[in-house]
Amino acid sequence: MSEERPRPARGQEILRVEGLGKRFPGVVALDGVDLVLRAGEVHVLLGENGAGKSTLIKMLSGAYHPDSGRILVDGAPVEIRSAGDAQRLGIATIYQEFNLVPQLSVGENLALGRPPRRFGLIDTKRMHERARGLLARVGVEVDPKTKVADLGIARMQMVEIAKALALDARVLIMDEPTAVLTTSEVERLFAIVRNLRDQGVAVVFITHHLEEIAQVGDRVTVLRDGRSVTEVPATTPQDELVRLMVGRPIDQQYPREAAAPGAPLLQVRGLTRAGAFTDVSFEVRAGEVVGLAGLVGAGRTEVARAVFGADRYDSGEVLMDGRPLPGGDVHAAMEAGLGLVPEDRKGQGLVLGADIAENLGLVTLRRATHGGFVDRAGQRTAAGEVAARLGVRMSGLGQEVRTLSGGNQQKIVIGKWLLADARVLLLDEPTRGIDVGAKVEIYQLINSLTASGHAVLMISSDLPEILGMSDRVLVMARGRLVGEIDAAGATQDAVMGLAVTEVEDARVH
Amino acid sequence: MSTDVLTRRPAVRGLLAENGPLAALVALAVVLSLLSGDFLSVTNLLNVGVQAAVTAILAFGSTFVIITGGIDLSVGAVAALSAIVLAWTSTSAGVPWPVATLVALVAGLACGLVNAALITYGKLPPFIATLAMLGVARGLALVVSQGSPIAMPDAVSHLGDTIGGYLPVPVLVMIIMGVITAVVLNRTYPGRAMYAIGGNEEAARLSGIKVNRQKLITYALSGAFAATAGVVLASRLASAQPQAASGYELDAIAAVVIGGASLSGGKGRALGTLVGALILAVLRNGLNLLSVSAFWQQVVIGVVIALAVLIDTLRRRGSA
Repeated sequence: MSEERPRPARGQEILRVEGLGKRFPGVVALDGVDLVLRAGEVHVLLGENGAGKSTLIKMLSGAYHPDSGRILVDGAPVEIRSAGDAQRLGIATIYQEFNLVPQLSVGENLALGRPPRRFGLIDTKRMHERARGLLARVGVEVDPKTKVADLGIARMQMVEIAKALALDARVLIMDEPTAVLTTSEVERLFAIVRNLRDQGVAVVFITHHLEEIAQVGDRVTVLRDGRSVTEVPATTPQDELVRLMVGRPIDQQYPREAAAPGAPLLQVRGLTRAGAFTDVSFEVRAGEVVGLAGLVGAGRTEVARAVFGADRYDSGEVLMDGRPLPGGDVHAAMEAGLGLVPEDRKGQGLVLGADIAENLGLVTLRRATHGGFVDRAGQRTAAGEVAARLGVRMSGLGQEVRTLSGGNQQKIVIGKWLLADARVLLLDEPTRGIDVGAKVEIYQLINSLTASGHAVLMISSDLPEILGMSDRVLVMARGRLVGEIDAAGATQDAVMGLAVTEVEDARVH
Repeated sequence: MSTDVLTRRPAVRGLLAENGPLAALVALAVVLSLLSGDFLSVTNLLNVGVQAAVTAILAFGSTFVIITGGIDLSVGAVAALSAIVLAWTSTSAGVPWPVATLVALVAGLACGLVNAALITYGKLPPFIATLAMLGVARGLALVVSQGSPIAMPDAVSHLGDTIGGYLPVPVLVMIIMGVITAVVLNRTYPGRAMYAIGGNEEAARLSGIKVNRQKLITYALSGAFAATAGVVLASRLASAQPQAASGYELDAIAAVVIGGASLSGGKGRALGTLVGALILAVLRNGLNLLSVSAFWQQVVIGVVIALAVLIDTLRRRGSA
């Protein structure tokens, strides 16, 4: 491992993984994974949540140590026992949660741990010059003196990439880098990825968006149940990729079965909060799925949270079954039959350190308290039933929620509201970061809920999903409802057209 | 360490393997009984129990707070203030002792409620709010007592005695408070809510838990437990002293943490806290029996606190 690494010729093998295995108590996370990375390629890792992608990249970055199999770099077996080992081997990983210090400047972050020094003091000038060079290589215009906290998510990600370049990474692993980006930001990211590829970097790219594979990838390794199933070219058709990933063909991606809507359950009238949303009115009827579309920042999440009482609003009213709800009172909303599945699953939906039974019983805790005592056995039984109904893949009800895959975590968040028998569920980006198989399971759950007279308000930035699963689509732009479309005849263009409406032009009342 | 090996072992060893602090306590007791013939005598063990009682009762109260992810630095001062209130109301103001005891408990509870109000409505960090209360309660204890010890009413001083000449009352109170703690944590709504709040406050709020109200209950419990500890301590000493229980809040926190709780919240158990308090008491007692100087005792106890948490952290990382 010399300091000066020669740039390998394109197509030359850099890293090879053979028969890698990893067990956790009660679970086999990886069971024989093979992977070959070559210089100058974008290698897509494809698999459902829980298929072993995260475990694999954690072993390549030194967070976990494999129980069996081996990793070869430049043909020689290596042990990656720490992040430092990975760094010395030229392997850099960009996780979904960024490893930046928000309070420090971009330049300081890029020089973290080894800032240039002069007479023992940090040479700020040289540090910023270096940072400028790295940022230019990524192709992002950021002043190195800017605080990281003041950057948007897309730019933070680019700083992360620049940081990986600063470490002279030959293998760059990106864990769902597009999940947090808007369409135009994704385009820029792809340009950067292609540029890195052309410089001879081997990029490992994880995504759940199948259409991105052909756009940016060269080859695809498909993981299923902890094994590498096959390696195919990135030009493989999407339905074939789905079949490989799930192990069976998925007939229908959006299995919505619309029912005739019944009485209005939730009515929102003139809801307004200064700076967030203005005069929002709509209703959700029994048996309906109402989609709430719009650009990120249009105020959709804010409206949902205000309806649920998680945040306050200035004026307007929210009614359940015709009875007004007090503002800013989650408990009252809950008692009236509302439930919220928040956008930020880990930060707001789950107690990650607690077990499955505990999380499922969170909403029903009060109801399960009789004479001052919580009926924990009853809670556990009920949790077991709902976990079975949702098909949660787990080692048992005592498993920590932290260790579940994203799809299974989302099932737990939804499950706690099923236990509470919430009649109107507000789902905020319910399938973000979730694999195809679990998505369809959640859609089927939505169907069974509405078939039994419950109703769903679904916020989603995934247009095919919102058109495929909603009966009606409400579109928000800049804090206002700018239109309503019947989902049956709607096109993505129609929704987008409304979503980018300038409010001045919008016909609001 | 694979789990299938453990399940084949007898239950006791399984329990110890699952419960690091308990294993440490047992190991400590074994070593001390080998080093000192006096250690295992009934008298000495009961003595250890009495020594552990005040710390344990304070620590039970702190367990609630630490599980919610908070901290209560005021418990030692609140204990002293409550004892002073009891002694003053009954001795100087002539209130009957049962009423005076109740007033003392209410005083502790009130201190806890003020802490909680500062934290929830005032949005102060728990560290700051309870640090301020530490100063206020200690100061009030000095003001009310004018800086001198006040004799406890005789009836309450008997609390320092034994039942049937055998079971010391402080040990009994410790056990009762421990059982109350276990029941509250495991079986009641506020207890379960504490774990949820400490694990993820926002998720708890969005699940309909009234976080502020639960925090009021949590800190009120801590205050009431501190008052109980104060009364037990004063009854042992037969007088309420304004400077009593100085620095006990740190022992209480140490006991909770040695017992396996996490200062970041969401974890902690009554049994663990009891074991933590016993480890501290056994250690002090053993070092006394072995005639280790009081100066060195402090060093040893500091090392043990670090070791206990270190071993637990390593063990968890190993099994994760």
